[in-house]
Amino acid sequence: MLEIKNLNVSLEEEDKAILKGVNLTVEAGKVHAIMGPNGSGKSTLSYVLSGRGGYVVTEGEALLNGENLLDMDPEERAAAGVFLAFQYPVEIPGVGNMTFLRTAVNAQRKARGEEEISATDFLKEIRARAKDLKIDADMLKRPVNVGFSGGEKKRNEILQMAMLEPKMCILDETDSGLDVDAMKLVAEGVNALRSPDRGFLVITHYQRLLNHIKPDVVHIMSDGRIIKTGGPDLALEVEENGYADIVAEVA
Amino acid sequence: MAAPAVKQDVLSARLDALSLPDGAAWAREARDGALSRLTAMGLPGKRDEYWKYTDPTTLNQPEVTRAALFKTDESMPFSDIDRLKIVFVDGVFDAEASDDLSMEGVEVERLSDALGRDIHWARDVYGVLEARGQTPVERPLAALNTAYATDGVAIRATGKATKPISLIYLHRSETSDAILHHVVKVEEGAEVTVLENGPAAARFSKVMEVEVADSGAFHHVRAQGRDHERRAATHMFARLGRESVYKSFSLTVNGVLTRNEQVVEFTGESGVAHVAGAALGDGDKNAFHQDDTVFVTHDAPDCESRQVFKKVLRNGAVGVFQGKILVKPDAQRTDGYQLSQSLLLDDDSIFQAKPELEIYADDVQCSHGSTTGAIDEEALFYLRSRGVPEGPATDLLVLAFLAEAIEEIEGDALRDDILTRLQGWLDRHSG
Repeated sequence: MLEIKNLNVSLEEEDKAILKGVNLTVEAGKVHAIMGPNGSGKSTLSYVLSGRGGYVVTEGEALLNGENLLDMDPEERAAAGVFLAFQYPVEIPGVGNMTFLRTAVNAQRKARGEEEISATDFLKEIRARAKDLKIDADMLKRPVNVGFSGGEKKRNEILQMAMLEPKMCILDETDSGLDVDAMKLVAEGVNALRSPDRGFLVITHYQRLLNHIKPDVVHIMSDGRIIKTGGPDLALEVEENGYADIVAEVA
Repeated sequence: MAAPAVKQDVLSARLDALSLPDGAAWAREARDGALSRLTAMGLPGKRDEYWKYTDPTTLNQPEVTRAALFKTDESMPFSDIDRLKIVFVDGVFDAEASDDLSMEGVEVERLSDALGRDIHWARDVYGVLEARGQTPVERPLAALNTAYATDGVAIRATGKATKPISLIYLHRSETSDAILHHVVKVEEGAEVTVLENGPAAARFSKVMEVEVADSGAFHHVRAQGRDHERRAATHMFARLGRESVYKSFSLTVNGVLTRNEQVVEFTGESGVAHVAGAALGDGDKNAFHQDDTVFVTHDAPDCESRQVFKKVLRNGAVGVFQGKILVKPDAQRTDGYQLSQSLLLDDDSIFQAKPELEIYADDVQCSHGSTTGAIDEEALFYLRSRGVPEGPATDLLVLAFLAEAIEEIEGDALRDDILTRLQGWLDRHSG
């Protein structure tokens, strides 16, 4: 599904390398987790994959089903099936949540040469999906993320993911700012979307989210590289001993 | 005090090209009065405080700068609204293209008919509100209009008008110079909506004087667009009675030069006045210069005024906002709000804003804010990351930016009409 080969990335503004040769393959149907200390490059990886500006790829590639993502505009990546659940979802005053989602769904359909979804079908689907995530009608009508609590913002991200049906879901610190109940709700939303033809890359600082979204593979990232890869137990090891031991062990 | 010599020269050159129209004695008096006001002031100059950001040269010149006609297959604004149509072609009333002027609750007459009668209500309005509006800020182009206006309508609402009165200004001659003057009187408890659209002429001068009696309501929605080369200087003068309502919204799209002045005065308590505007300017093929100059005077207690102006500018477009709230000593418990914002889509465009508050009452609530900003890159990336391409994503953010001004349009049908038009224009632009 997603193949990242020797990805090297620097900041555009200053000549500073952030990613220093990331290699990673996420297979369809699998959930990969990336853990690592602050500043290790986890969020940068998610931004580079989704096409945010401000970064320069100096080497390497990232392929989604064989297509090089790095050549595409953000909207093309989205239409190709990439979805990033933001760590800090953006507030957009004046744009209704529902209008935003319908515009997005139809833009992706148009880009793929598919027919637009009818207003009634869209309404039916979004209501059902929103109900599962305990998102009420009022939240759908309000401007995108404006006045939403931290938990509401994250649930709104998962709602978008559910409506857009991406192939490759990247979750950037989705657990940050969530209490236990909210985290459970979000994790249930994610788990409901797990399917044999969909890949997940879950970026997290703490192990606790992985109790709810069970990963198949866990990677540890440090200083712009993946330094260790293992099974779900690796996450528990981090929880137990912190990152320092692993970083020291590899160095 | 007479205007300086250089201004006198500009003025006499302009006046030589015009002649005072005829009318009843009182109308001739009104015109003479306006002419002497004008002579004392002279035409606007770049050194005048309220003409610092807008160059009046082409508005002053005796000859008109040629303006190519704009050809489009788009339907006109308000096409789907049930309305009474009054058509002017290059500033001349076109009876054939207009609807029958009789309507329940409203008397509508051609201005020349009203001004030709010895006894007419227009006597208390024509040139009267304009004259009041000359202090403390001079508005010579409005005085010129009162003196020389050749056509227009006189509207008197005596009850609730059953449909809007729609003034349609067609442009057919590349060198037309139109001077229109409308007078509106909304009687006690009456209500009327006036719509305006169309480029009118190569150069367009328009004054509308609106007297709203106690508990009356006047609504105004105007769409100025999309003629690239037209030049327009418009004035609205409003005098508002007790518990009256005045709401005016203007959409400006394109136009090499547009100056819209609004002068609103509360004379009775608990009045409400909302003046709003949305401008969309592209300086690419022709220049775009759009100026909103607003003056609201609170001369009675418990009144509420709102000014909401939003401008989206690109490719070297220039937007100007000069807005003032004056609260006189007796205007206690005034609620005044003023917002002017611009969204600059590139580094070449310019927004000049001069918000002013002058308050002499001690128990008032007045706020004003003015901002200039670019498209929110974070929001743009967020939209694009969900699959919305850059063009439509920008349009969505532009519409979101304009929303607060568009919300000021009274009536769902009119608001939808403006919104749909705006969306269509944006689609064409990014398409």
